[in-house]
Amino acid sequence: MAQIEVRNLKYRYPDAKRLALDDVSCQIERGEFVGVIGRNGAGKSTFTQALLGLVPNFYHGAYGGSVTIDGQNVRESSVDELCRKVGLVFQNPFNQVTGSKLTVYEEIAFGLENFGVPPKEMRRRIDAAMELLDIAQYKDRAPFDLSGGQMQRMALAGIIVMEPEVIVMDEPTSQLDPQGSEDVFRAVDVLRAQGKTIVMVEHKIEKIAAYSDRVMLLDEGRLVAMDTPRAIFSRDDLAEHGVVAPTYTQICRQLGVRSADGLYPVTLEETRSLLGAGGRGGEVR
Amino acid sequence: MSKIDVRDLHFSYAKGPEVLKGLDFSLDGRSCALVGQNGAGKTTFVKLLKGLLRPSSGSILLDGRDIAGSSVPELARHVGLVFQNPNDQIFKNNVLDEVMFGPLQIGMGEGEARASALAALELVGLSGHEAVNPYDLGLSDRKMVSIAAILAMDTDVVIFDEPTIAQDHDGKERLARIVRDLSCQGKVVISILHDMDFVAQTFERVIAMAHGEVLLDADPRSVFSQRDVLERARLEQPTTAQLCHALGYEELFLSPQEFVDFYRSQHGSHA
Repeated sequence: MAQIEVRNLKYRYPDAKRLALDDVSCQIERGEFVGVIGRNGAGKSTFTQALLGLVPNFYHGAYGGSVTIDGQNVRESSVDELCRKVGLVFQNPFNQVTGSKLTVYEEIAFGLENFGVPPKEMRRRIDAAMELLDIAQYKDRAPFDLSGGQMQRMALAGIIVMEPEVIVMDEPTSQLDPQGSEDVFRAVDVLRAQGKTIVMVEHKIEKIAAYSDRVMLLDEGRLVAMDTPRAIFSRDDLAEHGVVAPTYTQICRQLGVRSADGLYPVTLEETRSLLGAGGRGGEVR
Repeated sequence: MSKIDVRDLHFSYAKGPEVLKGLDFSLDGRSCALVGQNGAGKTTFVKLLKGLLRPSSGSILLDGRDIAGSSVPELARHVGLVFQNPNDQIFKNNVLDEVMFGPLQIGMGEGEARASALAALELVGLSGHEAVNPYDLGLSDRKMVSIAAILAMDTDVVIFDEPTIAQDHDGKERLARIVRDLSCQGKVVISILHDMDFVAQTFERVIAMAHGEVLLDADPRSVFSQRDVLERARLEQPTTAQLCHALGYEELFLSPQEFVDFYRSQHGSHA
């Protein structure tokens, strides 16, 4: 059985006219990295909220279908049970900060304190998370003195230390510089290698193409397709859904250069090997 | 056309380390992207331009006049700054009031402020949302409200702090059009950005900062050709430029179309 099972999920926000999610069904396996893409308003953030039962338990509104994680319906799980299983990194890190902690270190410890984790174990987990995200140098700073990018990494660390099996992220690198976002994707890759299930909403299409196992394409609340990055980005109808393919895919499509399986490449490495042959030879570094 | 001269600008917060270590350049009608690692001093610099912070030493001249002589309200007529986090900026109960607030504050009449606000909302694609509470909008639209609120003030200088956050493809295209329009109107447009593809395809000039200093200052093609310097500053090249490098090209292309045209010219029309 898949770890996350979404069946015929429908949701409408209170006072809204149209469905934010319209009959979405999918399965996500344990240890999978699923990227969620689509234009603004497609239902991406709502989908992440539904995985935690925040839709509808917190936001209310009309709801149909079900979301189960390890066989347990998220609507019927207690907040405590669910927090141990699933962590959510908010789209806007300013909304995630508690506002009650004086240092970054204490902020990251907040969730663990609520779980009653022993201090020694807390320190071990916090040190490991800060090292993974390269934020140890900010540990004594005040959370609200951090830049947007630093705060985003702190918010992710606060989730990682709780060691959830599933980590759901809504644009976790939107305020990071290019190197910082690459660092976060590498950190997430490490977590995936540890067996964590990752669901990430992200507009950085080249990163999703390079790191995710499968991509969900949403539009107007409906699941348009869920497949490998190469299959998704080789579709002819991306523009109709407000999404552009990775730069590499755009170039190869225009040039009519496909891989042996008929799909277009989505990463730098693959594109280089396809275009480099017969070219002038590439420098590898 | 307005002009900003930055002269030997130094800044540090309280007794902390120096955040800006002597910036010296002029900003004119060429749209300018400010890039650099988190913590490079970009946001501090634009807060100084807006008069929200005062230099430790050095000066900023707007059309030849030192802005140190102007109060924040006086400066607000000339310099608009869109905050990184729209929640830091937005406080009214509906979109129209929010966007009219700035124009009214700088002395526009009610009718003029309304017309200006409606035009700005059209530019950012939010016509028809005038009565909505900004906090009922998603982050991407709320960001557009904060942009409209500054555009409506019709300032000579328009500064954006990471405008592409949470924007999808259509949103970015819209922002690119706004930047080009403002620049064509002769305004000084400055934007902090981390999206190098957007920078390469939208701006006329790129200033790369690191540790409070200017590392590179030139047109996008020149700046993005300095791969080694960019790497040291933990910056990356636009995606198409990375492909050029990986293929060992001497030429540097900034958009997929430029690359495709070149590749075809090298490999014949069958490619």
